[in-house]
Amino acid sequence: MELETLITKFQQKDVKAFESLYAMYNDSIFGVINTIVKNEDIATEILQDVFIKAWNKSVDYNTRKGRFFTWLLNIARNAAIDKTRSKSFKNAQQNLDVDFFVHSIENNDSLDEKTNAIGIKKYVSQLAEKCKQIIEYLYFKGYTQKETSETLEIPLGTIKTRNRNCINELRKMLKV
Amino acid sequence: MDPKEYIASGILELYVAGALSEKENAEVHAMMLKYPEVTQEVLEIEAAILNLTAATSSKDTSDVFEVVKEKLQLTDTDETKVIPLQKPRSLFRYAGWAAAVILGCGLIYSVLKTGDLQSQIDIVKTEKEALKEQIYKANSDLTAATELLSVLRTKDIISVPLGGQTVSPTSYAKVYWDKKANNVYLDLQGLPDPPEGKVYQIWSLTLNPLTPTSLGVIEDFSADKDKVFDLKNTNESQAFGITLEPTGGSESPTMEQLYTLGVVASNP
Repeated sequence: MELETLITKFQQKDVKAFESLYAMYNDSIFGVINTIVKNEDIATEILQDVFIKAWNKSVDYNTRKGRFFTWLLNIARNAAIDKTRSKSFKNAQQNLDVDFFVHSIENNDSLDEKTNAIGIKKYVSQLAEKCKQIIEYLYFKGYTQKETSETLEIPLGTIKTRNRNCINELRKMLKV
Repeated sequence: MDPKEYIASGILELYVAGALSEKENAEVHAMMLKYPEVTQEVLEIEAAILNLTAATSSKDTSDVFEVVKEKLQLTDTDETKVIPLQKPRSLFRYAGWAAAVILGCGLIYSVLKTGDLQSQIDIVKTEKEALKEQIYKANSDLTAATELLSVLRTKDIISVPLGGQTVSPTSYAKVYWDKKANNVYLDLQGLPDPPEGKVYQIWSLTLNPLTPTSLGVIEDFSADKDKVFDLKNTNESQAFGITLEPTGGSESPTMEQLYTLGVVASNP
């Protein structure tokens, strides 16, 4: 089924469409959340909340606002970041900023069992350090161009092109 | 804008990241609608990011959807509404109509049934009222009988048997005279029903000389079941007599129509 049809049905409260969308995005959304909170149990809870929120606020989504995946990604990142700012979370977790998404992938044992994921560890490790960082901030942390430029101390004008080059690199590795 | 240049600018990667302003998002969307190659590029970038982010997922979370469904209280029956197949859909539609018809029939039936039951209830209510009345009547009959019995048992009551006379030798009657209360109770069971246009008239008599005083007429003789009547009697009666008189009674007794007569025994 076309993604657009699926989304429309989902907005009309079709449970089957909801399930299909969940199957398409749950790994990505969980990965992003877990990369931020670095705790599987907490990440699982947030994953539930994200999809509950998506269901309840489905009418808020509009194709003109962006990709559906991006919309979900935004909800997930906001929920995960909110969690890391909560007092209970701060007390339990430490040194969150040391790890990058690359570590999530490199330390991901379950990837070894998936045939379609073979090699991603290697490729990701091969990404240039500046690419690892820019991808981390733009996709996993949801930073704006300005925030990314300030954090990485690179000119605002180069964010777009540098990121494009990094994603091209990634696409070559993943052959998409 | 040239789609190639647009693609090369790197704006599409930021679009997928969600790092653009609302205005920029709308602009990209317009470009996607205009140029299929822009749309294709966005899809490929998205696929790459999906792959990359999915690779960071350290566990299988497919079963978490059940929890989500449970928390949202979604049931699988909701799914049937939106299955896009034509056949089951029309089947469901007919099923819907059928259900509506059945429901309608059911409603009409129950309305009729309710009317039925209502009239049955009315009948039962009437019967109940009738029974209540019967019980009430029986109770008051019983009370009357008890009262009568207690009167007859009083020590001071004077019992006077009246024997049948020439005109009706088999007739008899009894008078119970409560001298203190100035009442007489008449038991007229032994008298025949008076003919049309006639009534019994009760007389108090004093002898030497024979002086009759009317105590009254019995108007409702035939209707009365127990044939017990009570009348006032303030006379110093020495005897009681009953005659048949025209309706309304007479000034003086018609002696030819004297049915019963009895003398007060205790009279000295």
